[in-house]
Amino acid sequence: MDVREQIEALWRTEARRVYASLVRLLGDFDLAEEALHDAFAAAMEQWSRDGVPARPRPWLVSAGRFQAVSHLRRRARFDTQLGELAERLEHEDAAPQEDVEDDRLRLVFTCCHPELPVEAQIALTLREVCGLTTEAIARAFLTTPAALAQRIVRAKTRIQQEGIPYAVPELADLPVRLDAVLRVVYLVFNEGWSAASGSPADELCGEAIRLCRLLVELLPEPEAGGLLALLLLQEARRPARTSATGELVLLEDQDRSLWNAALIAEGARLVEQALRSRRFGPYTLQAAIAAVHAEARDASSTDWAEVVGLYDLLLRVEPSPVVELNRAVAVAMRDGPEAGLALIDGILARGQLGDYSLLHAARGELCRRLGRVGQARVAFERALALTKLEPERRLLQQRLDALRA
Amino acid sequence: MKYLCLAYGIQQQMEALSKSELEALMVKCRMHDEELRKSGHLVSGTSLEWAAVSIRRRNGKVVVTDGPYVETKEQVGGLVIIEAKDLNEAIRIAKLHPAANLGEAEGWGIEVRPIADGCHQ
Repeated sequence: MDVREQIEALWRTEARRVYASLVRLLGDFDLAEEALHDAFAAAMEQWSRDGVPARPRPWLVSAGRFQAVSHLRRRARFDTQLGELAERLEHEDAAPQEDVEDDRLRLVFTCCHPELPVEAQIALTLREVCGLTTEAIARAFLTTPAALAQRIVRAKTRIQQEGIPYAVPELADLPVRLDAVLRVVYLVFNEGWSAASGSPADELCGEAIRLCRLLVELLPEPEAGGLLALLLLQEARRPARTSATGELVLLEDQDRSLWNAALIAEGARLVEQALRSRRFGPYTLQAAIAAVHAEARDASSTDWAEVVGLYDLLLRVEPSPVVELNRAVAVAMRDGPEAGLALIDGILARGQLGDYSLLHAARGELCRRLGRVGQARVAFERALALTKLEPERRLLQQRLDALRA
Repeated sequence: MKYLCLAYGIQQQMEALSKSELEALMVKCRMHDEELRKSGHLVSGTSLEWAAVSIRRRNGKVVVTDGPYVETKEQVGGLVIIEAKDLNEAIRIAKLHPAANLGEAEGWGIEVRPIADGCHQ
């Protein structure tokens, strides 16, 4: 490998780490981005001449810091504040060799700070931690690059103005702060998962898994492992979730031989670990449910009693009508469609989830199984009117067509 | 990606600057050009004269008029084409341009626009 190739390889593996350290050292995202760029440019110049240093990462970090200080000095001719900043940076402890991995964790916690709106947390995390471009994130979230760029600019300004610290939270704050980080990971994955396959959002699933692996590696909290398990177990079903013609295939109809056994094994291991810790939360429980599905040969041989039991636990940890709905579907599998339908109608009677397409889709399916064709049709039509997701629309249309046949 | 940064200014306000104010501004511009060139982000850039001629086809005839295409106080006074990894990096770079840093007195501002791929190639 020549020096250029080595530097390109380093860019791929080290750039986000070097960037995270530079944000800590310089206290400013823009300055750090500029410094990162300059550090690699300096490397290209100097390493071509002198060879690649034994430890390239610290070299890049200190080169970036040096470049930032000299930029600030030049600009200080017009802006005295920058001069003071340059002064401060130069005289701060020049031995910045803290654990670099901690810097990545700091960056994650800063980007996912609860002071920022959730959309901003997601955009910022994808760009600053994962290294996605503004344009790619905008495509995935069906918005314009200009709108997304502004969201990122505003978030960075807010971090500066509110003095949001660049730090891993204290132990006492960790549970709440970790929740925010895990939610961002979960939302990023969901965004990718619910998109039609082959759409620009597809890559979000991979990014969410990579990010979650990083979290598990750096911060071995059971619930982070639980979330990773959930993502892996879901990702394992990807090859079976769409048919050859690109149609969505429901869990019960999927060809389970297509499921990724390696991902399932890893996911199941992580679930067990998290459950054993006895400090798990809702993600671990959802992963445990996914693991029960993953272990079953087909839908009918699934341990539905176990699934219902896990939903009971989940409802206690995190009560929500959506979890109740999922539980109702599992109850229908355990005790028959009538029992499930009664639970779903109970949710509706309380005035909840009336506008939730999946409730009506599930209701339609249970009515169909009971032979109540008219009711099934009404429910599927209601679901169709409520969903905006194209794969889901096509699936519902199929169900309706099958009823007519 | 390549981005076009259009610097908009107001002719009257620029002409109202004293000679020394104008010189100080030129120093800033030259320094900025130099930084941009060194960092490798610069593709091309220049400042523009205020005088403009516009050409368009109207009523089946090509009409040439004296003056800018759109009559507003602010006119394009300079442009830079930069190479950046994404729009946020382009914004960061454009923020360093003198046109983004001069205040109301000089009346400058900067517009960043992605350059579409594949057009006219």
